[in-house]
Amino acid sequence: MMQQVPKPLIAAVVWWPLVAYGQVDPAVLEAERARIEVVERCSRSTVAVFSQDGQGGGSGVVISRDGYALSNFHVTHSTGNWMKCGMNDGKLYDAVIVGLDPTGDVALIKLLGRDDFPAAEMGDSDLVRVGDWCFTVGNPFLLATDFQPTVAYGVISGVHRYQYPAGTILEYADCLQADAAINPGNSGGPMFDAEGRLIGINGRGSFEKRGRVNVGVGYAISINQIKNFLGHLKSGRIADHATLGAVVRSDERGRVIVDDILEESDAYRRGLRYGDEVIAFGGRSINTVNAFKNVLGIFPRGWRVPISFLHDTQRIDTFVRLRGVHAQIELEEMIDGDKPPGHEPPQGDEEKPENEKPQIPDALKRLLGKKPEMPDIVKEHYTAKPGYVNYYFNQHERGRVWRALVARGSYAGTGATWVIRGTTGMAEDFRLTFSDAEAAIRLPEGELRTELTGGLSNHAEPPGSGGMLVALSLWRRMLVEGPEKFGEVYYLGTEPLPGRDGLFDVLAAAYDDVECHFLFDPADGSLAALSLFLQEDVDPCELTFTEYREVEGRMLPGRIRVRHGDYFERIFVCEEYDLHGEDDGREEG
Amino acid sequence: MRTRLRSLLVCAAIACAAVGTLRPAEVRASESLAGVIDANQPRMVKIYGAGGPRGLEPYQSGFLFSDTGHILTVWSYVLDTDHVTATLSDGRRFEAKLLGADPRLELAVLKIEAEELPHFDLATAVPADRGTRVLAFSNLFGVAAGEEPASVQHGIVAVKTRLDARRGVFESPYRGEVYVLDAMTNNPGAAGGALTNQHGELLGMLGKELRSAQNNIWLNYALPIDELRNSVEQIMQGKFRPSEEPPDILPEEAIDLAQTGLVLVPDVLERTPPYVDLVRDGTPAARAGVQPDDLIVFVGENLVHSCQGFRDELAHLERGTSFRIVLMRGQELVDVEIVFDGEEAQP
Repeated sequence: MMQQVPKPLIAAVVWWPLVAYGQVDPAVLEAERARIEVVERCSRSTVAVFSQDGQGGGSGVVISRDGYALSNFHVTHSTGNWMKCGMNDGKLYDAVIVGLDPTGDVALIKLLGRDDFPAAEMGDSDLVRVGDWCFTVGNPFLLATDFQPTVAYGVISGVHRYQYPAGTILEYADCLQADAAINPGNSGGPMFDAEGRLIGINGRGSFEKRGRVNVGVGYAISINQIKNFLGHLKSGRIADHATLGAVVRSDERGRVIVDDILEESDAYRRGLRYGDEVIAFGGRSINTVNAFKNVLGIFPRGWRVPISFLHDTQRIDTFVRLRGVHAQIELEEMIDGDKPPGHEPPQGDEEKPENEKPQIPDALKRLLGKKPEMPDIVKEHYTAKPGYVNYYFNQHERGRVWRALVARGSYAGTGATWVIRGTTGMAEDFRLTFSDAEAAIRLPEGELRTELTGGLSNHAEPPGSGGMLVALSLWRRMLVEGPEKFGEVYYLGTEPLPGRDGLFDVLAAAYDDVECHFLFDPADGSLAALSLFLQEDVDPCELTFTEYREVEGRMLPGRIRVRHGDYFERIFVCEEYDLHGEDDGREEG
Repeated sequence: MRTRLRSLLVCAAIACAAVGTLRPAEVRASESLAGVIDANQPRMVKIYGAGGPRGLEPYQSGFLFSDTGHILTVWSYVLDTDHVTATLSDGRRFEAKLLGADPRLELAVLKIEAEELPHFDLATAVPADRGTRVLAFSNLFGVAAGEEPASVQHGIVAVKTRLDARRGVFESPYRGEVYVLDAMTNNPGAAGGALTNQHGELLGMLGKELRSAQNNIWLNYALPIDELRNSVEQIMQGKFRPSEEPPDILPEEAIDLAQTGLVLVPDVLERTPPYVDLVRDGTPAARAGVQPDDLIVFVGENLVHSCQGFRDELAHLERGTSFRIVLMRGQELVDVEIVFDGEEAQP
């Protein structure tokens, strides 16, 4: 028997959902509007990267208004030292390589021609949780012929993931895993959180037997790792990653135990030994080997990071200076190689058919031109120099740091010998006298004077200080002569200073046979610390300068602390400066 | 009148569904999604066993469904070893014992010796329908190790359908209902993972990787808990157990392998899979239609792992008794009965 359905009911069936739609909760519409706004905003700062010759490309994201942009090393390796970058304003910009982190698969480039680029807002990838919404923006399969990026939404599938180096060197430590689509061509592009903050740089997928396309498992380098490396990337150099100088394993009780340790490492000098249990490292508690590797992966070579370990039953909390993973020559080989290392997916190394690589459309190839010649604007921002990715930016940063210092008052024109008088932390009167040629310290119990000849590395005076007198002499030399006349001085990048907040600009300086690191506070441009390395693999003599005050139109520290290793520490409260001594001050006092 | 009432109910249901999909709670789900995920992570298990060569990853996923260490996972080569390890989300590692398996549903139940474990409850698992938003928990690609949490993906149920509608396209012995998902969930190592809705309620178990033989497209799907519950209960009650523990009493005169007419592949490994090498004409095996290259999976309700395991099973059968075996032929499961006539039963 056919059953008749009354017409009003049919109408109700048809209409009710529509009525319901008309009653959409304003919060829903607000969420929709907010999402559209976020996607629009993020699309503006996303970059489609193309090589000049049309042979490759990828994605990137602008992080500062003056045009600094992040991408993957394996993207810029295929594009070369300058590239074309399309943005969603429809324009194609020239861009130049700035710095590289080949191990972390990060490249810093600079877009040229504007000082008001739409920059992405930096997020905090340590706050990202599994289940958070995220989206990837970029140029998958190099589809963005009109430079309009592709947007894919997803959730964060995992955080603090460790992905072993694929094939050669590209290690994805502490990365974010998401199910938002990451395809070839997305490499170097941004991953944003739901509010549009930059939380990572997409670079990898778990590809296997299904071809080089997204299988719902993509990895992004965490933005917090990149923040650590940003200063190094801006230096126009090749950044290196770090090792503790120790190998760890997990034991049957799940503890992370030192399995091997280099005696030359700072960790060894700080007391870490075979069999010790690592409790915390880099500010995180350590329960697995992967957690340990994650921490190592996010710091540049040379950084000092906190570590806590159990030696026998004694807990030791200290800072260790991390060693480099690669020799300089190895780093240079990485960026000079023909084949971008780690271009293969993490699992599997089979040859992929050519047509699975992202292909540049023919129309764009014509636009990009076939015979690339470096445009003038790129020439203005590129200086080749052995050992550097782009020496132009090293000079640029070195100049920036120095100008900020001398803006507080120039030290040029002071005398050949500086004299400081004051009291030590032990309430003894002191006098420090130092010039290029000699240096002396006088205390109530007597005077120690040394002529700085025969190789500075031989002058570790006073005993136990690691070379305090040499450090003072070089301090004066740098302030008076400036980085151009001091010796070989380059901008190293940024690093933390234990006990102080933030990151400090570092100028690395070689003079005679020693090396010095000068740390500048970016907040006011002042010189915050100086580390003198008499030799490799020994503790430096560290001078920290605080309580700056103005003396004759120059800023000078009211307090100098000298440290060496764990046991040598002296405080000098500087009451009187004489910067015009032409003599050596021998007949004074 | 009854019809009208029913129509009204339908209307109400549709209207509710329409409003339901637009609830602000769902739109703002990400606020609570992390919490839902955190609550389920302790129930996930990483399973390690046999495998190793490319394409045969020695790991898969699973989840706890009792506080005393019962783990639901897929029946696969990974479990085909004496040493299966289960790693809990807190990093604790356990030797897992295979309690039983149902190759028809491609499911297995493992047991670890632990108590007071966080777990899913199969009894309260809920059904899903087209459009249900889902979360997939698994250790795909073996990304996570130790205490590292499982990977989580999101998607929707594209359709609920019978997998055997795709017979000959997707090769799987499973013939029941599946949730086809729009997310790429069924990656290497993901099989055995948990599928939940957005509120974290259990819906199903992620199936093995499946690729269409016709167009090479990979299917992402999960098996509804409703389809698995009976079989799991039977395993818990002692059926489908592996034949590792010999019964106390052996018959005086047992079946000899030669009497069946079956010739197995040479037993060269510790656990040589019980593949049929050849079937002698005019024997019980030939009459039953057993073919060379068939893999013996079950004798009766007992799971068979190896040539030796099969011989052990026969040793428990009184000479002359008929018995059923389940064979894997390609991706098909074939059920046959081995029947002896009087003469064959004689020594």
